[in-house]
Amino acid sequence: MSDLLRTSLYTAHAAAHARFVPFAGWEMPVQYAGVLTEVKAVRERVGLFDVSHMGRVRVRGGDAPAFLQRMVVSDIARLSESGGEARYSLFCLEAGGVLDDIIVYRFSAGEFIVVVNASNREKDLSWMRHHAGGFNVRIEDETTETALIAVQGPEAMPLLDSLADRTLSRVRRFGFTDATVSGVRTMAARTGYTGEDGMELFCTADDAPRLWEALTAAGATPCGLGARDTLRIEAALPLYGHEMDEHTSPYEARLGWTVKLDKPADFLGRTTLAALKDSPPRRILAGIEMDGRAIPREGYVVRTGDEVIGHVTSGTFSPTRGKGIALVRIDARRAAPGNAVDVIIRDQPHAARTLALPFYKNV
Amino acid sequence: MSQTPTELKYSKSHEWVRLEGDVAIIGITDHAQEELGDVVYVELPEVGRVLAYDDVFGTVESVKAVSELYSPVTGEVIAVNDTLTGNEATINSSPYQDGWMLKIKLKDPAEVESLLTADGYRTEIGE
Repeated sequence: MSDLLRTSLYTAHAAAHARFVPFAGWEMPVQYAGVLTEVKAVRERVGLFDVSHMGRVRVRGGDAPAFLQRMVVSDIARLSESGGEARYSLFCLEAGGVLDDIIVYRFSAGEFIVVVNASNREKDLSWMRHHAGGFNVRIEDETTETALIAVQGPEAMPLLDSLADRTLSRVRRFGFTDATVSGVRTMAARTGYTGEDGMELFCTADDAPRLWEALTAAGATPCGLGARDTLRIEAALPLYGHEMDEHTSPYEARLGWTVKLDKPADFLGRTTLAALKDSPPRRILAGIEMDGRAIPREGYVVRTGDEVIGHVTSGTFSPTRGKGIALVRIDARRAAPGNAVDVIIRDQPHAARTLALPFYKNV
Repeated sequence: MSQTPTELKYSKSHEWVRLEGDVAIIGITDHAQEELGDVVYVELPEVGRVLAYDDVFGTVESVKAVSELYSPVTGEVIAVNDTLTGNEATINSSPYQDGWMLKIKLKDPAEVESLLTADGYRTEIGE
């Protein structure tokens, strides 16, 4: 594992007896006390996640807004030039597939940070640099010098308010602000990937251990990638490479809402996406819950009777619902909530039914 | 360090065997349950099924992982621990006692001799 990257919190995780796994080139904690304990902590109190493996790319320069308008499907001009607003968005290929899902944070007229998936960081950097020709823009990968810590759960905001030099609970969803938290300078964003309220704190890699220590001392439970994946599936939040990829359009992944075809600038993928919007996808993302106790897993086939109608894109036992749940991509005609389907688990059909998404939301 | 009681025999696929006459009681090891994490689902065979050595006899799943179970012996399933359904955490809390999974009537009780001793299993898992 010597070629794996480690975040600046590695030592803190090891001291807390984390179990590590390789993930997108990083050696990351998959669990500490256990996935069930960690999920419960986030759903009932507050959990803490090291998500420093996610890519952080600063984009600045006089043409930064025009460049990003060309790169992403959202209308970046809607983000305030005075800063403090972020947006979930996508990089799309000309052919309409999703290159990555991202969050764009605007600091000023000409300065942004784009947070990308760890698994796509190199690909995204190449993609951005390839398309930067002719724009007055600098693209800087700040991933290894910085850290990102997510604080999530119903008690996240009271906890953060108690540690910060300003009232962070006044920050709106997808807003962000500079704040000093337990003596550490951060950029605190009201974002997350769990279905709960909370924030994601950007700081320097050097400061991260001090911030992590302060947050755990204040009662936040360290949580690993196992809990994070289960929480995001319950919240029906898509994960790149599972619910979408370069061969999936935003419309097949329930992400059509991010695509602003009428924004006042051309963007990569626009022509194809405009055409796709007018022809409803054959298969779309839906949610299912098992009737019995079996657990649906990625790749399992979904049928109605003998007809294969799709497959599981992400599945898990849901601690919050006490049942197996899954995100599935299935025949759009069968995706409405309440339909009976079968999931094929070890060659046996197991009854399930489609549910309205998300399975869980408390934010 | 996980528990590996010396009176039991072990398989490389992390099952344990307790011999009682010509009946083998089978479960998964403390090391296996630790590696899996919180067990939330277990699928076991029907009573009466005949298993050969190394046959897949079921599945144990944690929140994020699926692991197949392999029979460490040859014989007929004469009992299944039904109390595990809905109480899968017993496999984590008591892997060698309340967390037992199967009782198999052995075709040849001497077969158990070829399994790993506790020492052998500890070496196998690097402890």
